[in-house]
Amino acid sequence: MRQTIAEKILSDHSAKRARAGDIVIANVDFCFGQDGTSGMIIDSFRKLGVENVHARDRFCMVIDHSSPSPNMGVSAIHDKIRFFGKEHGVKVFDVGCGVCHQLVPESGYITCGDLVLGADSHTCTYGALNILSTGVGSTDLAIALASGKNWFRVPETIKITVSGDLPKGVYSKDLILHIIGDTGADGATYQSVEFYGKTIDDLTVDSRLTISNMAVEMGAKCGLMRADKKTLDWARKHSLREPRSIEADEDARYIQELEYDVSDLTPQVARPHTVDNVCDIEEVEGTPIDEVSIGTCTNGRLEDLEVAAKILKGRKVAHGIKVIVTPASRKIYVDALKKGYVETFIEAGAIVNNPGCGPCVGTHQGVLADGEKAFSTANRNFKGRMGNPKGDIYLGSPAAAAATALEGKIADPREHKRRL
Amino acid sequence: MTKYAHRLKMQNDINTDYIISGRYKFKIQDPKELSKHIFEDIEDNFSARINDGDFLVAGENFGCGSSREQAPVALRASGLRAVIAKSYARIFYRNAFNVGLCLVECETNYIDDMDELELDLEENILRNISKGVNLEIKPIPRIMRQFLEKGGVVDYFKEFGGFEEVM
Repeated sequence: MRQTIAEKILSDHSAKRARAGDIVIANVDFCFGQDGTSGMIIDSFRKLGVENVHARDRFCMVIDHSSPSPNMGVSAIHDKIRFFGKEHGVKVFDVGCGVCHQLVPESGYITCGDLVLGADSHTCTYGALNILSTGVGSTDLAIALASGKNWFRVPETIKITVSGDLPKGVYSKDLILHIIGDTGADGATYQSVEFYGKTIDDLTVDSRLTISNMAVEMGAKCGLMRADKKTLDWARKHSLREPRSIEADEDARYIQELEYDVSDLTPQVARPHTVDNVCDIEEVEGTPIDEVSIGTCTNGRLEDLEVAAKILKGRKVAHGIKVIVTPASRKIYVDALKKGYVETFIEAGAIVNNPGCGPCVGTHQGVLADGEKAFSTANRNFKGRMGNPKGDIYLGSPAAAAATALEGKIADPREHKRRL
Repeated sequence: MTKYAHRLKMQNDINTDYIISGRYKFKIQDPKELSKHIFEDIEDNFSARINDGDFLVAGENFGCGSSREQAPVALRASGLRAVIAKSYARIFYRNAFNVGLCLVECETNYIDDMDELELDLEENILRNISKGVNLEIKPIPRIMRQFLEKGGVVDYFKEFGGFEEVM
């Protein structure tokens, strides 16, 4: 047999024995776009000259990146998305529903063993659910929308095994930042990454999603994990279809094998302006911060809000700092309300946005001023990412973000150990 | 007519945010208009220097980051004949050929800004006329060549109704 997870999923979907390096035409189980890419998906779809979408229930569009619209140009794109949704009878998650990478799995469209395309680079998030999901551009997505298929180059695979217990105050975000810092922004270009080990097994499904979400930041096509009981329970609870667990063969061929031990890992921070510019938090501790953003498809889930709320409860954020919390979905928002986290944030002096991408993409809800520094739980810190090329972005965990919010400068969340 | 190299000051890990900022991708729909803003966050007045048929020169991992197709669309609309880089990120690589933008993979250390270049896709050679050297380029996969010949994947798909033709 000797196949990796990616080779198996692509074999299953192409009726061909897929080996790394092959090009296969594969059936796509589900595909979607967001408001930054759907306008062009619609244009490309119309140009293809196909009358109907291939399958209405295997596609959706999510209005999340610039939502609600901050200007007329974006409003026109949103309108175009809504019109196409009605015209073809396809689902549109409108303003206020949340981030695509939370909504797509949460709404049950996808399950273990699937092949999924999204017109968004962080589509690799669902690798944590044993799904080969990857980002493509709008035209590639339109082809899948029109035909139910696309062509794929079968990727080589890097195997990453992680051992050790994460110390208190250190999270899956710190682990993936550490790995990206080690491999570099192109450490896995065009390749699949498979994550294994006790550390991964011990993580919640939500924490695993954070890791797979950032696989693209080392250039990977996908960041896959095996489906264990936690994954299957999660999939059965959310998915409309029965999960199909796909495991790599024991003697599968890997082009590289990496091992990490997290027993002594400290909170990690990605400094401006690249995601692989990673250091221990001690190196940047004390850097003054103007804006803290907690949320996004990387860290906007309930457990992320929970850890931030634990640190902020009964306290006030530093004078003059903007602290912006953005739940990843409406469901998470409501759960956070019920658990009192939203009240905690507001009483601490933070702002709670509607569910969506928040300030991550720099189109609204917290654009930086010249010279401002942000600490964000997002996945990218490129120059200009938060709307201003003269702003600096530091990336870290929700706990580090909350600790930073209290101090007004980058702070170590392990100081709040007793609360965690 | 002479075609020149435009070497970016920053060479490696040029992400799609740098190619075209998220500020514009929502605001501007017209590719030509969009192309006036390429590389704006990392270099001043870059797009004004480009004449039709010129080349962009970069290092490793060109096009990393966001999946925005506006990135290759804006580069193509700027008049660039091709991008020449040591390596590319995967989503950008697909997107570029899908919209008819040629990507050339080769050693770029020996190309200076404003060197005169000539691209030969038949022989897989990039000639640096200014330096008098020929650089070997990595052959472009067959499927990508066919997209380029058709001006992009849309016209390819319309003609063949799928990809079976190239398999």
